[in-house]
Amino acid sequence: MTRLQKSTFAAALVFALATAHVEGAVVEAGKTIAAAGNASGAPACASCHGADGLGNAAAGFPRLAGMNAQYLVRQLNDYENGTRNNPVMSAMVKSLTQAERAQVANYYATLPVPAKPMQAGGDAARLASGQRIARDGDWSKGVPACYRCHGPDGSGVPPHFPAIIDQPASYIVAQFTAWKDGARSNDPIGLMKSVALKLDNDEIANVAAWLAANAYPPKR
Amino acid sequence: MMGIAMASAMATPEEVPAGPADAVKFAPPAEDAIPNSPLGDMIRMGRDIFVDTQTHARQYVGNGLNCVNCHLDAGRLANSSPLWAAYVAYPAFRTKNNKVNSYQERLEGCFIFSMNGRMPPPDSDVMIALVSYSFWLATGAPTGAQLAGRGYPDVPKPPLAPDKQRGAQVYAEGCALCHGASGQGTRLGNAYAFPPLWGRDSYNAGAGMHRVNTAAAFIKANMPLGQQNSLTDQQAWDVAAFVNSQPRPADPRTKAAASTASGR
Repeated sequence: MTRLQKSTFAAALVFALATAHVEGAVVEAGKTIAAAGNASGAPACASCHGADGLGNAAAGFPRLAGMNAQYLVRQLNDYENGTRNNPVMSAMVKSLTQAERAQVANYYATLPVPAKPMQAGGDAARLASGQRIARDGDWSKGVPACYRCHGPDGSGVPPHFPAIIDQPASYIVAQFTAWKDGARSNDPIGLMKSVALKLDNDEIANVAAWLAANAYPPKR
Repeated sequence: MMGIAMASAMATPEEVPAGPADAVKFAPPAEDAIPNSPLGDMIRMGRDIFVDTQTHARQYVGNGLNCVNCHLDAGRLANSSPLWAAYVAYPAFRTKNNKVNSYQERLEGCFIFSMNGRMPPPDSDVMIALVSYSFWLATGAPTGAQLAGRGYPDVPKPPLAPDKQRGAQVYAEGCALCHGASGQGTRLGNAYAFPPLWGRDSYNAGAGMHRVNTAAAFIKANMPLGQQNSLTDQQAWDVAAFVNSQPRPADPRTKAAASTASGR
């Protein structure tokens, strides 16, 4: 089994077990941990990711609200196995059991996303350039459109391709840096590393600005 | 991970594998250069159909595919069977139906086989729109010329005969993520985010992509998405053999398909 398969299987198993139980109980347990941490010393997720799970644009902490639960569990597992690295997250995740990871992930998945995007506005030319890459790619560099894998509006293709819209621009930029220099290597088949190595810093900044300026479309 | 080469081994799209010595270099006009005119409207409609065939040509489609699934970057991309190269190559004799085909007839074949559907009539908006889009993409291209980047570059026969067992391994490691462990693709709402490669919602057995050499060539130059030219020739041939050994709708030209209505 590939590492992705093992990690995803673990996540799916936890997710399946979680949904097999009374879902309300799982979400409630997750809500408690998110707000208050747990007895093993994990801090409250909300202390960085916001009381409403909407992150912190200025600090670059990502939105968790509305993100796919299976994807979130996998990120936590990958902070533990070192394919994703962040001083705070890597240390903290050891204090969360598999069940608790499923609980917080399922809780955050239920939280609503706002109509307003993370960071609206910005330089029109930058946004237009970022939009072009997100929507059409840059095939002169062999880069497919972000939306080709992350959904027609960037709101994700569960379970492997997360929503990329409505995240802080600085967080998106930090991920590209991490893929480039190997600090983050949990992208399946190295798909994001391939993209990160081809885009230049200007393009990455423009795409990040565009994505941060886009909210989820209204539910159909 | 089984030796699927990483980013450093990739060729960039500029490094087009050597084609015929007299292949003419060409690039299509910029996306934003579509004119504001009735013709421009048709061109835009053609582009919409090409990228989201499920929505814009629903009545002619019998599976879950869109043209763009096999002709990347809205039919613009060199080495991904771009429309601009095909447009100037027709009318042409095709051994497939043993006659000279117009460009429209070539597109009809796409609908009948690759889309497992039925052909849009020649005077339909759908057909006129697709031809208009092709015509516009080919702006300035010499008629009858062999353009560099046409089709999918041939992949030399590999050292070992293509093997679907080895191909299954390539598939599991590098394709299943998007195309599903059972080739079922990935659904998103009412559409496919990633297309099915076999089964009832994929191309039928009469499609060009059902030929192992064509599939190997497409895969080598275009897949995984964003990692073109990362598979070895062997891997491309093996996974093509694997994918095309799986069940799919019958070739409409065969007796097996004769008793069933085409499309859904």
